[in-house]
Amino acid sequence: MNLLEISHLHKQFATQKAVNDMNFSIEKGSIFGLLGPNGAGKTTLLRMITGIFYPDSGEIMFEGRHFDALKDTANIGYMPEERGLYKKMKIGEQAVYLCRLKGMKKEEATRRVKEWFVKLEMQSWWDKKVEDLSKGMSQKLQFVTTVAHGPSLIILDEPFSGLDPVNANLIKDEIFNLAKNGSTIIFSTHRMEQVEEICDHIVLMNKGEKILDGTVGEIKNNFKENLFRLGASVLPEQLTTYIFEVIQHSPDELILKINEDSTPNEVLQYFINKNVRINSFQEIMPSLNEIFIKLVHGTSAARQFLNK
Amino acid sequence: MSKIGLIIGREYFTRVKKKSFLVMTILVPLLMVGFYAGILAIAMKGGTDKQTIAVIDDAGLFKDSSAFEKSERFSFTLVQNETEESFVPKYKDQGYNSFLYIPKFSLDSPKGFILHSPSSASLTTTSRLENVINASVENQRMIAKGIDPETYKEISADVSVQNTLDTKEGSKKSVAGVAYGMSFACGMLIYLMMIIYGTQVMRGVTEEKTNRIAEVVVSSVKPFDLMMGKIIGIGAVGLTQFLIWALLIGIGQAFLPSVMSQNMEGVSATMASGLDALPLGKILVSFIFYFLAGYLMYASLFAAVGSVVSEDQQEAQQLMFPILMPIIIGFVIMVQAVNEPNSTMAVVGSIFPLTSPVVMMGRITYDIPLWQMLLSMTLLLVTFFFFTWVTAKIYRTGILMYGKKPTWKEMLKWGFRKS
Repeated sequence: MNLLEISHLHKQFATQKAVNDMNFSIEKGSIFGLLGPNGAGKTTLLRMITGIFYPDSGEIMFEGRHFDALKDTANIGYMPEERGLYKKMKIGEQAVYLCRLKGMKKEEATRRVKEWFVKLEMQSWWDKKVEDLSKGMSQKLQFVTTVAHGPSLIILDEPFSGLDPVNANLIKDEIFNLAKNGSTIIFSTHRMEQVEEICDHIVLMNKGEKILDGTVGEIKNNFKENLFRLGASVLPEQLTTYIFEVIQHSPDELILKINEDSTPNEVLQYFINKNVRINSFQEIMPSLNEIFIKLVHGTSAARQFLNK
Repeated sequence: MSKIGLIIGREYFTRVKKKSFLVMTILVPLLMVGFYAGILAIAMKGGTDKQTIAVIDDAGLFKDSSAFEKSERFSFTLVQNETEESFVPKYKDQGYNSFLYIPKFSLDSPKGFILHSPSSASLTTTSRLENVINASVENQRMIAKGIDPETYKEISADVSVQNTLDTKEGSKKSVAGVAYGMSFACGMLIYLMMIIYGTQVMRGVTEEKTNRIAEVVVSSVKPFDLMMGKIIGIGAVGLTQFLIWALLIGIGQAFLPSVMSQNMEGVSATMASGLDALPLGKILVSFIFYFLAGYLMYASLFAAVGSVVSEDQQEAQQLMFPILMPIIIGFVIMVQAVNEPNSTMAVVGSIFPLTSPVVMMGRITYDIPLWQMLLSMTLLLVTFFFFTWVTAKIYRTGILMYGKKPTWKEMLKWGFRKS
């Protein structure tokens, strides 16, 4: 079942289209990656999903019903990119306050916050003030305030910025745990490498429009260029064939592009026949970053061309 | 509704629990009372100090006049065998505060009186001296015209008019000073409160914006709830402060009379009868109405300004200026309205909604026509609703905007676009 379905969503600001005809759906319990460069319209899209902005047109379905900002915010936890806390307020009090704003009873909110504090080893912080915390610590607190009220949809905008690797891993593990327990997570970032290991499904945005939609595997498959890395010492005169082209040749490594009609097996067969000792043979998959740069450059180049 | 309650609660309690709130609420009035008591004490002490003045009297004014001896403030000593020039360098060394020279003058145009002093004499000193000299000159003139000064004293009169108000509850003694003071104090209080708490609203909003908590909160509650919660919460802090002050004044009134000296009792009795003559119920109700409506109206403007500025204090100051302007103008009109409650400016100022909260207080102890009162209140409420409607939209956009400060034109565009 899809937790969230977005169809034909539009949002326009005075001069520019921030989000243009956005469509996608997110399966319950999955980790969804929303990618795009700065200014792609990710934050605007997320603000519509959290009810901060109203879309100009289009529809948001949440848990199979029309999204109702007032009622549904209780089921959404949002950690914006521009985030912060009341500096002078005590940490425990603050977390409980933010939970209660989501509609929780005081006792229940206190219990939940305490549970999370134990889980992330921050019990001793309860009476401290935010201004006494380091950036990493307040980042952890921010995460707790986002998830403590038990939302079914958790939206994290650049959750790892400012976190050291240890704390980033701690949060990453908690994100996996939350997904395992049935929460759905939207993870928005412009750092592609973070997405590859976490997300099941991604959507890539640029200039307000969706330019990619699919699982990480699918997308990589679609964009692969039949490049392979062969670990072997090969002599140049051994490389005259119609099966592949050589892209790069170094003493103990060869990067080659297999021609369309050929298969990796034929490549291996070829080298075996030549009596070459093969140490490794591996397909080179494009990274999301490369795909992203390729696509984004493509569109802006195309636009520039059209504008002329 | 419960969410806006939560916000009001947070805004209220974080402020009231602060030590600075107690200090502000209790220490400031104490300091002010102490300050005025100090001034009063100094003024009264100044009255007992007699100034010693040496007099060279070429006109013989001193000889046949009793006015000089009767003076309470001055002790005069007649200096013989000296001229003005020869005595000027000496009077200080002989222990006089100053030295008065009376030349020969004609009774038709008395002039040429000179007071020598080491530092400039105060206005009250010279005017008192003038009174003393005038009295003796008049005395001499009477003698010249053949009028016996004693006879004149018998026929001269000194009456005072007692103002009595005829209200439904019967006649009351009115005391002009008390009505004046009451009006002024109420207007001043509303003026101060609107500025102090309005600025607090602005700072609170800016804090939420620059702390980047605003977006977290508006993902849970409507921006309007966040804005109104803050405004109401801070307004409640103001009311709490009033309440504490009212209690302090009550306690003060219970204890002060026993501390006061005999001659102060007369003053407090006059005060009490003056207060009794005022329509206290009407004043209290109008005060609370104008404070709340005025505060709410301006607070929404302050919130809008707070939502568009960033950490830069100077930016905030610039944007605040056009809001402070009408409040200050209101105060200026109020000061005038206390004296001339029915002047055109006072009437217009007390009806125009941007100045009415302060100016109406300046007129409140006088009889204001009902239509003016109703018109003023209606306009104020309408303006409050209108401003809240517009500023809520500016606020919504403003708190989520970072980077450059928007222009007034842009802000107005946000304010009036359809949501």
